Amino acid sequence: MDFAFTLEEAAFREEVRAFVRSHLPVDISRKVNEHKHLDKDDFVRWQKILYRKGWMAPGWPVKFGGTGWTPVQRYLFEEECAVAGAPSVISFGVNMVGPVIIAFGTPAQQQHFLPRILSSEDWWCQGYSEPGSGSDLASLRTRAVRDGDHYIVNGQKTWTTLAQHADMIFCLVRTSSEGKRQEGISFLLIDMRTPGVSVRPIITLDGAHEVNEVWFDDARVPIGNLVGEEGKGWTYAKFLLSHERSGIAQVARWKRELAFLKRMAGEIQSGGKPLMADALFSAKVTRVEIELLALEITDLRVLASDREGRAPGPEASILKIKGTELQQAITELMMEAVGPYALPFLPEALHADWDGTPVGPAFAAPLAARYFNYRKTSIYGGSNEIQRNIIAQRILGL
Amino acid sequence: MDFSFSEEQQLLKDSLQRYLEREYSFEARRKRIKAGTGLSAEVWRALADMGVLGLPFAAEYGGFAGSGVDSMLVMEAFGRSLVVEPYLATVLLCGGLIDQAGSSTQKAYWLPRIAAGNAIMAFAHGETDARHDWCYVSTRAERKGSGFVLRGRKAVVLHGGQAQHLLVSARSEGEPSSATGVSLFIVDAGSAGVQRRDYATIDGLRAAEIDFANVEIDATALVGEYAGAASTIDSVLDRANAALCAEALGALGALYDLTLAYLKTRQQFGVPIGTFQVLQHRMVDVLIHLEQARSLAYHAAFYAHASDTALRRRAVSAAKVQVGDAARFISQQAIQLHGGIGMTEELSVGHYVKRLTMINATFGNIDTHLERFAALA
Repeated sequence: MDFAFTLEEAAFREEVRAFVRSHLPVDISRKVNEHKHLDKDDFVRWQKILYRKGWMAPGWPVKFGGTGWTPVQRYLFEEECAVAGAPSVISFGVNMVGPVIIAFGTPAQQQHFLPRILSSEDWWCQGYSEPGSGSDLASLRTRAVRDGDHYIVNGQKTWTTLAQHADMIFCLVRTSSEGKRQEGISFLLIDMRTPGVSVRPIITLDGAHEVNEVWFDDARVPIGNLVGEEGKGWTYAKFLLSHERSGIAQVARWKRELAFLKRMAGEIQSGGKPLMADALFSAKVTRVEIELLALEITDLRVLASDREGRAPGPEASILKIKGTELQQAITELMMEAVGPYALPFLPEALHADWDGTPVGPAFAAPLAARYFNYRKTSIYGGSNEIQRNIIAQRILGL
Repeated sequence: MDFSFSEEQQLLKDSLQRYLEREYSFEARRKRIKAGTGLSAEVWRALADMGVLGLPFAAEYGGFAGSGVDSMLVMEAFGRSLVVEPYLATVLLCGGLIDQAGSSTQKAYWLPRIAAGNAIMAFAHGETDARHDWCYVSTRAERKGSGFVLRGRKAVVLHGGQAQHLLVSARSEGEPSSATGVSLFIVDAGSAGVQRRDYATIDGLRAAEIDFANVEIDATALVGEYAGAASTIDSVLDRANAALCAEALGALGALYDLTLAYLKTRQQFGVPIGTFQVLQHRMVDVLIHLEQARSLAYHAAFYAHASDTALRRRAVSAAKVQVGDAARFISQQAIQLHGGIGMTEELSVGHYVKRLTMINATFGNIDTHLERFAALA
């Protein structure tokens, strides 16, 4: 047993750190660190920097543009990016649809889509949930009916994250109503510019436009955009989930946020003394810090068992549950820290180019909205209750 | 980064586990506790023969220079079998104190005896008014001639009644809560003026309240620097706490197995109760607590011997909090999920629960360690 990284790993970390330090644009990291709104261009600019370095898709096979890194190297890379305040790479292309196309796509699909994911030419979004299909995803009703060399797609997807930026959407669609309902589902890639595809914003309780409805009204999709076999979409969707696990706990990013919380609570005065000197508040922060340390090691233990060649397993569900619980706890403590300054709501203050005068300390402006926004984390990606079902079945054998 | 065990460690773990499964069954343990001796001679002998009693000490003292991770493996196995022998008191606490602070003469005398199973010792440190503050020592040590006189009272000394020799912390200067001014002494438990009240603990161990009424000891009884024992005590208690976390891990693993098996076999409403989603989700939370506790118990064991004291203290206190929370949650849920039968003396569940609960009351509770971690952060 050894908790230290090897010399090679430490050297790798230094290399990543040096690169990120010299290449991450300061205006972007400032937005990330100060919890300001990130534009599409902020994400794309950073992703193009990674692309030029060849670091856009660490998890992909080398022949498709991957880095050939070990799981530990990938972990260190993500940690260094997070610590520096880099935006998270948008997962939908590189971590979600990319691996599916690599594993099940045709050579033509691979040649067309993969380079465009690497270069951020295409922004992808995910068409899974529907108004009637949340946790019970297999009940989905968006239909794709074959018509010559096209599918005619009709239906509605919802909670589609950042669809307003997207060029492409990967969808689970129903191609058959026969047999088991999972067997009638196919995996289809749809150009968002296709006539009949429309996007309507959903404004969430924090006032943000992050998610959308995506409507399909006789949208004609070439059959060349079907991934793998018709009726095997559910299998590919499950494969995708097992690849989504990389970095699911986002420990490094939340260590940075926790450090922010502690700095902030050191500055904030509470009845004439720093908030961090308040025993009750400090105890809550400390408990979260200890839990996050535990999660970091749990995450590394799962990573190590991967390296030992054991199949990626339902442990990812543990990371998802605990990770999101801690994210919610930290965003809640941040809001709690600013006391009554949680109340003022100036959405314009969340934009980096706003030059108005903040109400109260500048760091307070985004915190309440962020607390509300982070309630989503225990719902998305398979609700934490669904994760518990998965663990009960696959680890506990219940 | 590597979380696997070496071949030697795996061997130690397996052979100890096999021995305990054979010789330390729940029934055998119950009989040993009933005997009230606080120590089972044949088990102690076997542990000596397996090399477990000398594990942490250098080879020249009959040991194997074991690491914190080695001690963890031993304690995890003990936790799984609910071993009540004085391993923590004798080997890890007293052996640890002598190993870290003793003169070469003291080490050469005591450590081989401990390793061979010929010395039972206890660390007389805690006091009534200290509660969980381990700097607090009001027992006095005054110089008399070339030696010392001890006066005071020690509280809940684990295996204090069975020990032939006691390691006693006593203060020669400063206020009781001052970090400096404390020394360590080896005292023959039969010395004039030593009075012990031996009793059973609720978790099957033995402990004692010990009075020192003008106990005269000579200069050679001093272990380590005069009035400068604080950092040794801190270090040894950190190792002891890492070991307690490992013991808790063993007990938690057993509770997890027992409870999961019960959910699969106990039938109500015509089906196993583990088919009920509310119980499934509760059991998932048990698993998550267990895995999070395991992560920090490993972390504490790895850094328990670190020379960087801040790193060591943080790792140990973090583990004591995380394992403590897990111990509380899993203990309570194990009883709840077992229902009425979980309340009974005949089932092992309650015995695990009692041990885990008392670990939380030993060498700093959750709040103490939360505060200690916060102060270091």
